[in-house]
Amino acid sequence: MTLTAKLKDVCVKRQHKTILGPISYDLNPAGITIVLGPNGAGKTTFLKVLHGVERLSSGHMTWSVSDDEARASQAYVFQSPIMLRRTVRQNLAFPLQLVGMPKAQIAERVESWAQKIGLAQALEVSAPRLSGGEKQKLALARALIREPKVVFLDEPCANLDGRSTREIEALLIKANEAGTSIIMTTHHIGQAKRLAENVIFLLDGKIHDSDAAASFFTTSRTAEAGAFLAGDIVE
Amino acid sequence: MNDIWAGLGSAFWLIVTGDPDLIEITLRSLQVSVSALVIASLIALPFGTWLAIRRFRFRRATIAALNALMGLPPVVVGLIVYLLLSRSGPFGVLGLLFTPTAMIIAQVIIITPLIASITHQAMRELWAEYHDLLISLNTSNWQRVRTLIYDGRRALLTASLAGFGRAIGEVGAIMIVGGNIDHATRVLTTAIALETGKGDFALALGLGFVLIALALIVNFAIHVLSRTEREGRW
Ligand SMILES: Nc1ncnc2c1ncn2[C@@H]1O[C@H](COP(=O)(O)OP(=O)(O)OP(=O)(O)O)[C@@H](O)[C@H]1O
Ligand SMILES: [Mg+2]
Repeated sequence: MTLTAKLKDVCVKRQHKTILGPISYDLNPAGITIVLGPNGAGKTTFLKVLHGVERLSSGHMTWSVSDDEARASQAYVFQSPIMLRRTVRQNLAFPLQLVGMPKAQIAERVESWAQKIGLAQALEVSAPRLSGGEKQKLALARALIREPKVVFLDEPCANLDGRSTREIEALLIKANEAGTSIIMTTHHIGQAKRLAENVIFLLDGKIHDSDAAASFFTTSRTAEAGAFLAGDIVE
Repeated sequence: MNDIWAGLGSAFWLIVTGDPDLIEITLRSLQVSVSALVIASLIALPFGTWLAIRRFRFRRATIAALNALMGLPPVVVGLIVYLLLSRSGPFGVLGLLFTPTAMIIAQVIIITPLIASITHQAMRELWAEYHDLLISLNTSNWQRVRTLIYDGRRALLTASLAGFGRAIGEVGAIMIVGGNIDHATRVLTTAIALETGKGDFALALGLGFVLIALALIVNFAIHVLSRTEREGRW
């Protein structure tokens, strides 16, 4: 069963400024959902709200299961990757150790994911020393390694070269086929077109538009969404 | 001036020949302070870490109290422990006064706030870095504390060493609660105080050299630790 979320009048205010909302929205994240919007639109805040790690100033957000169960079945890749001050191997093993997986099984999964992200030769390297792109790949693998039902990705390909981006996209499609719903932000319109099944377009902290990707990218949108897609500056 | 030179000479001789008194006193000093260090660390490391990650009502007050306790004069700690352990005190029946155990208790009280405070500082930084990830991974409080302690282990070792340095060089409190009894509660610092008073500079200086050596070793260890920390070697 896929998880669904209900947002009711959700507002996030920081220092007397509304940075998100009000948003009322029913989210069925099955497949790949891409969140688009200019810098400062509230994409990161929106993802954190959905994951339940951002304090709401008003309104409610509930998943179709209990908060605890929802968090346990989700994973999140932050916009700037957080590396544990440990080796690559220990970083990958960490989420599995937390849920008490047997050692042999952990070792197996760690090897296989290190292979998938091209860090098999770097397993004993201290993670904080990796390059920016390598850190991003590691953070992604560390999120997917627990086979979550929903994964939030905040610009997972921001520092990646073309080839790595393609590899990651292939990984995401595969994870999605295996039953992981993906909700991600990106600034590459091309990537959005390649991956998206659904699109949510945020502007000034509000959901300005949302639709199935097929129609979002083809039929004419609101002026703002159209301008954003065309690469113009949205004021 | 001659006295001092003669003292230095015989102090050196005491050390190289392994004078039994000097060795006994040194070992007792280590026994007391290492015990105090272990107990204080067991209390202070988890407590300091917990203080860094938990938001609760009296958190600021607790931190302020911790800093105040850190500035507590050891002599006063000695006095309080003395009163608690003396015959007429609440713990008098245990008969602990003038034993190494009493000295360990006093040192634990003196260094626990110091270790907890340094731990709190270091862990707050690490927690700021890890916060989002650990929350997102749905970790229990206990798992968070364990992760921070593991990844902050060098900083914690440094905190413990600082505590040890303070314990081994402390004289006021253990003089009061230990009583500086020969072959029972005499340690490096109290022996130096006594021998200096008696005018036996040879033994006093010999003991002083040992104490300085221990302090240097501790400081050197802290230095090496902070260097390997930066290089991320362990
Ligand atoms: N704690 C905070 N205090 C004040 N303002 C904040 C805080 N967190 C976020 N903001 C503001 O809220 C707005 C939305 O931030 P958010 O990070 O969600 O944007 P974003 O869409 O992810 O942008 P980007 O594409 O640059 O990552 C920004 O203008 C930001 O400055
Ligand atoms: Mg963002």
